[in-house]
Amino acid sequence: MRGDPQNLELIAAASLPEVLAHISAAPGSWTPIAGGTELMVAHAAGRLSAQKLISLWGLPELDFIRVGDETISIGGGVTFGRIRSHADIASDFPLLSRAAGWIGSIANQNRATLAGNIVNGSPAADAPPALLIYDAEIELASQRGSRRLPYSDFHLGYKQSVLEPDELVLALHLRRRFAKHAQYLRKVGTRKAMAITKVALAGTAIVMNDTIHEIHLAAASVADRPVRLIATEEALLGKQLTRETWRAARAELLNEVRPIDDIRSTAEYRKHVAANLLDEFLTQLAHEGVQA
Amino acid sequence: MTPCRGHVSFTINGQQTVVDAPPMKRLLDVLREDLGLTGTKEGCGEGECGSCSVRLNGQLVNSCLVPILQASNARIETVEGLAIDAELHPLQKAFLECGGAQCGICTPGMLMAATHLLAHTPNPTMDEIREGLAGNLCRCTGFIKIFESVIAAAVIKGRETHAR
Repeated sequence: MRGDPQNLELIAAASLPEVLAHISAAPGSWTPIAGGTELMVAHAAGRLSAQKLISLWGLPELDFIRVGDETISIGGGVTFGRIRSHADIASDFPLLSRAAGWIGSIANQNRATLAGNIVNGSPAADAPPALLIYDAEIELASQRGSRRLPYSDFHLGYKQSVLEPDELVLALHLRRRFAKHAQYLRKVGTRKAMAITKVALAGTAIVMNDTIHEIHLAAASVADRPVRLIATEEALLGKQLTRETWRAARAELLNEVRPIDDIRSTAEYRKHVAANLLDEFLTQLAHEGVQA
Repeated sequence: MTPCRGHVSFTINGQQTVVDAPPMKRLLDVLREDLGLTGTKEGCGEGECGSCSVRLNGQLVNSCLVPILQASNARIETVEGLAIDAELHPLQKAFLECGGAQCGICTPGMLMAATHLLAHTPNPTMDEIREGLAGNLCRCTGFIKIFESVIAAAVIKGRETHAR
């Protein structure tokens, strides 16, 4: 049954400090809403548990892309439409750019925000694997102040995170050191567009003289949250790209991922495909022999 | 609790408008119920099918996912704004000529998505058309006639611009 809009409160404030003051006065009772690509769907289906919503849409303090010499910072309220069309993000963080371009349709990308994609906490979300391999830092703001932490420490479990009830995602900070790395991102879904991920793998690496000098791997829909594949990375770091290394890394990945059966796929399929995606990335590295 | 309502003002197809509505009411419902602009259709109601596509401050959006409060002071364009008096928009002409519309439910959304595409990419490739319309589903045409309509519209628009 559709939710009745008359039973819901929605307010907007002119500035971020006003929003933070509202949510800090009654922590947990206000649900922030930005582009509504998740919450409005829940509302239409009559399964929105929130009663009081506060709009973040259009707040200038959340809607910025700051390009510095060493860092690019992206405000939590920036839409994927803006991210995908930003030249510096495309050159320095090409996988974030590419992921932004396959989140839903153009109309969804014009409303869906970076912070929304993160806070919604789906293990299948498109942006997190790219953010994880680029060692993004996440900045959270509340009336008490702001704090920064590695994005890899943000998610604690299925739809669980370190975000306190009075906090919002202010920005993501990305160090500009990946432009020359080898890059890999593949999403496997039911169809090419408008599909939710069955399994996805992101990777970035530096290979010199057939030796892996740096490698970051992250995956979607293989655990209760978006994850870095630390054990698989360790099986590859400092190693020559030999058949033995490949076999060891594949075994490590199959051991490390913890997918589930659900309506989109099975744990078995997800494991198998995740390992195949790793093979594909390693094949790409072997062919590219990317120099730092 | 007292029902939550408020005044929200915006422009629709260039006309200043004020509605009195619950702030969480969907832009789609405000268009259809409060303003009688029934050109915008509801398909899935969850942002998947694109039949409720409109432009909000020049951006293509699904009006089923926009709470009306977020349209405060916005500039909204709907399918009703495409034709000028009796003169059809080049996209509308092309959809008619190329068989781009059959049952018609997806057509307003297709027209708005295509308008948005041509505003940014006046001479789109087939890939760009496919991507630009990826969020708009049609169950009649098989899409090819729609893609051809967009190409034809780009040609008509190019000719009109050239003639000026």
